[in-house]
Amino acid sequence: MGSATIRAVDGITLKIAAGEFVALLGASGSGKSSLLNLLAGLDSPSAGSVIVESQSLSGLSREELAKYRRHTVGMVFQSFNLIPSMTVLENVELPLRFAEVERTKRGAMAANALEKVGLSGRLKHRPIELSGGEQQRVAMARALINEPRILLADEPTGNLDSRTGTGVMELIRRLNESLKMTVILVTHERDLAEKYSDRLIFLADGKVMADQPNPARAAAGAKP
Amino acid sequence: MKLYDSIELAARNLRESVLRNSLTTLGISVGVASLVAMLSLGIGLQQLASRRLQRSGLFDSIVVTSRRNLRSFDREQEESGPAPAESPDLNEAARLKIANVAGVVEVYPDLRFITEVRFEDKPHLTMVAGLPSSSKDGDSFEGMQGRFFSAEDAHEVILQKSFAAELLGKSTRGPDEINVVDVARPLIGKQVMMRYSERESSGQDAASYSVISHEMPLTIVGVTDLDPDSMRGSARARLFIPQKLIESMRPMQAYDMRASGGVTSSQPIYSNVVARVSGAGKVDAVEQAIKKLGFNTFSILDATKSMRRFFAILDLFLGIFGSLALTVASIGIVNTLVMAILERRREIGIMKAVGASDADVRGLFFAEAGAMGLLGGICGTALGWLIGRVINFGTNIYLKRQGFPPEHIWSVPVWLVAGTLGFSFVVSLLSGLYPASRAARLDPVQALRYE
Repeated sequence: MGSATIRAVDGITLKIAAGEFVALLGASGSGKSSLLNLLAGLDSPSAGSVIVESQSLSGLSREELAKYRRHTVGMVFQSFNLIPSMTVLENVELPLRFAEVERTKRGAMAANALEKVGLSGRLKHRPIELSGGEQQRVAMARALINEPRILLADEPTGNLDSRTGTGVMELIRRLNESLKMTVILVTHERDLAEKYSDRLIFLADGKVMADQPNPARAAAGAKP
Repeated sequence: MKLYDSIELAARNLRESVLRNSLTTLGISVGVASLVAMLSLGIGLQQLASRRLQRSGLFDSIVVTSRRNLRSFDREQEESGPAPAESPDLNEAARLKIANVAGVVEVYPDLRFITEVRFEDKPHLTMVAGLPSSSKDGDSFEGMQGRFFSAEDAHEVILQKSFAAELLGKSTRGPDEINVVDVARPLIGKQVMMRYSERESSGQDAASYSVISHEMPLTIVGVTDLDPDSMRGSARARLFIPQKLIESMRPMQAYDMRASGGVTSSQPIYSNVVARVSGAGKVDAVEQAIKKLGFNTFSILDATKSMRRFFAILDLFLGIFGSLALTVASIGIVNTLVMAILERRREIGIMKAVGASDADVRGLFFAEAGAMGLLGGICGTALGWLIGRVINFGTNIYLKRQGFPPEHIWSVPVWLVAGTLGFSFVVSLLSGLYPASRAARLDPVQALRYE
């Protein structure tokens, strides 16, 4: 028991262009979150490589990977992953501490990021005092504070009601369009993926079952 | 992450589990307090012993003997130095030469003789010794009743308390039973008659001299507690008269008899003289200079070296015992931080996901360990200082009840405070090594899954 090897991500070859909005779809255990962790540099593949901006992540040291997570990617999680003992402002400031941004600049930068997600009035609140949607927007502000070029969102609406979820997705879409930020969205909600993403990648048992442009958006020919 | 940020985040984390971290810090405080209390006691006792020795005058005194004297202290030196017959006499000229050695404050001959002293027409036999006026600055006469000699040649006498008891006809089994105050009251101001034999040279022949018997009335001015068998003061003497007076009396010395066969001058020859040096640090150099003059010397400096070694070992052992408590406390730090890793596993994962490096996480846990160590060190030093004060206070109450003057048996020098703070800080950092590296190595994916 426990000795069987499970290939969470198995022989996947993908290319994602800069500025693309990609949705990874699949059932639970299909390998979509594992793939996202590989892209985030939180995990490393036992074979193969992840190349981001012409740089192989497997060739990076732990320190370089931390730097990559700090500046190149921003992450949003289903369970928000805010630190409960910190205020909203402090949570958003946290990546700036690791990036060694000067103290005097940090407050203003975090407040600005929170303003962009519509939370300028909740700076001193603790995460527990916010609604799920607000917490996810705080997480968004934190993910964006270092101006990453890639946003990795792991079921960002999973814990939200549909109306709040839509609000979060609208925000992600806006970021993708206005900042030309690459977005890789992990979701099991096909409707959501079809509504917002440009490309749909279906995974099952760690393998890519289908990789196709989003027909709904292609047909619409316009942004929602 | 910058150091300031690490400290700020560490302080926040410590506040989050305030009870647990306070208990861990208290553990360190107790450890540090035991270390400070132990070491301050060791240092205090060492300082007390050094102070006592310095005040006794033994530290800065050199006993000089002639090599002609077969009873000189340093046999080895006799073998290596000039033959006894060729070495100079320890006479007045030699005394002046020794007095001129740089660093020597005074030189006085150790004059003593056994004689009869009459008090209220009853004879008593005792050893009489001369006492230089510098003796009153030492602690040999601490607790003395009455006063010291009014002049260097005053016809006055200070009695040792057992001799005072003898004069009063009190039978005692030991010196501890005699209360110096009780025996001094009826004696001070009274007179004793001292008989002594003056050595008077006859003509040019130094080898021949006459002995003239004298009687001298002396006023009792003080009674001292000094143990006649102790190393302090003039050993075995129970009656003291001023040094200048005893010199002017030219009393017959035991050495006169032995030296009569080979005496080369008519001057008085001393069995030994005591050279007092301006500081204990100069004893070695002065001793060498006196040896070059052809005399043998003896000082207690070697004895103090072994005393210092004893206290170094004592401090070491006290330090080890004190450190044991700190070691136990440091295990508390390890435990607290390992618990913190378990509790904050997810938080560590979040930090790594938003860009914290291994070094950032490690630094954070180090800062927490260091903060607990430093805070525990500060509180512990204060606690140790307080314990020391209480011990000192209690000891002084006890000493007072036993009739002794108060003593400072405890000392917390600045270097001990700084050293202990540094030590507790370093020990805490060492305790943080394992938890910090464990936290740094956490797999962020696993950590983020942790509920």
